[in-house]
Amino acid sequence: MIEWISQPWPWYVAGPLIVFVMFIMLWFGKQLGVSSSFRTACAMTGAGKYIPFFDLKWREQMWNIMFVVGIFLGGFIGGNLLSDGQPLEVAPQTLQDLSEVGISAPGHDLVPLEIFSWEQLFTLRTLVFLVIGGFLIGFGTRWAGGCTSGHAIMGLSNLQLPSLIAVIGFFIGGLLMTHVLFPFLLQL
Amino acid sequence: MLNIIKFLIAGTLFGLVLTKSEVISWYRIQEMFRFQSFHMYGIIGSAVILGSIVVQVIKKLGMKSMDGKDISLAPKDMSITRYLVGGALFGMGWAMTGSCPGPLYAHVGYGYTVMIVAIISAIAGTMLYGALRDKLPH
Repeated sequence: MIEWISQPWPWYVAGPLIVFVMFIMLWFGKQLGVSSSFRTACAMTGAGKYIPFFDLKWREQMWNIMFVVGIFLGGFIGGNLLSDGQPLEVAPQTLQDLSEVGISAPGHDLVPLEIFSWEQLFTLRTLVFLVIGGFLIGFGTRWAGGCTSGHAIMGLSNLQLPSLIAVIGFFIGGLLMTHVLFPFLLQL
Repeated sequence: MLNIIKFLIAGTLFGLVLTKSEVISWYRIQEMFRFQSFHMYGIIGSAVILGSIVVQVIKKLGMKSMDGKDISLAPKDMSITRYLVGGALFGMGWAMTGSCPGPLYAHVGYGYTVMIVAIISAIAGTMLYGALRDKLPH
């Protein structure tokens, strides 16, 4: 059993399990969403004194902080207790395309360590990918009112047109970054 | 207390699914944005199809939440600018870090602790949005 669940989970297992989480969140009285945790974090700093958008009773929003602490725990369990230690299998064409822009194959890692590691933190490339990348996630998700979980999963499941527009936006940004900007940014 | 623990448990399951299905992999996100693997499309697609059925059933049955309240599924306000432009900015960050917000937290738990830098930046980005909110088109 442990060996079986330690293998990578296929899409047809992951998709329904995500829906199960969405369903229990609705049963708990909340809509699935992760990016709202950033707003709660801002409110917890006391920023509400200066910025009305963060003037909220953050104690009532503690559920989304607990939810992301859970995600952290899930990452720990998945990466350390339920890991089969096999190398990541990536589509050969993707590996070839990435090697042309200087990114090596993953080996046992989920991310390219030549960008995402503490050793590389103070290189220009890593600072751009982590700091600007993270900043765009925080700014963009709040402007768009949600991220992949809130719009692509919860919003599309609710057949909301705004969420479809948001998901189209996600892809415009992601495709632009991958196909137009990556060849330059990865050279930094 | 139970009120808080139940979200911790739901989050743990969510984080475990994102991790074990490799949604948190930078390489999987690159496969997706290069249209070279079905994996991410399979996950999002199957979740949306099944999720929309679940939401319709909840609405038809008038299901209540565990504390007896109506389940709120009010649609978001209509706009194009905020969703398209805000969404595109997020999409760029998604491709760069290979993470949407959920996976950022999972990465830290997995052991890629440097992702804390991206989380702090995301909080800073949210802070700037809050400060500029009245000046941005919605």
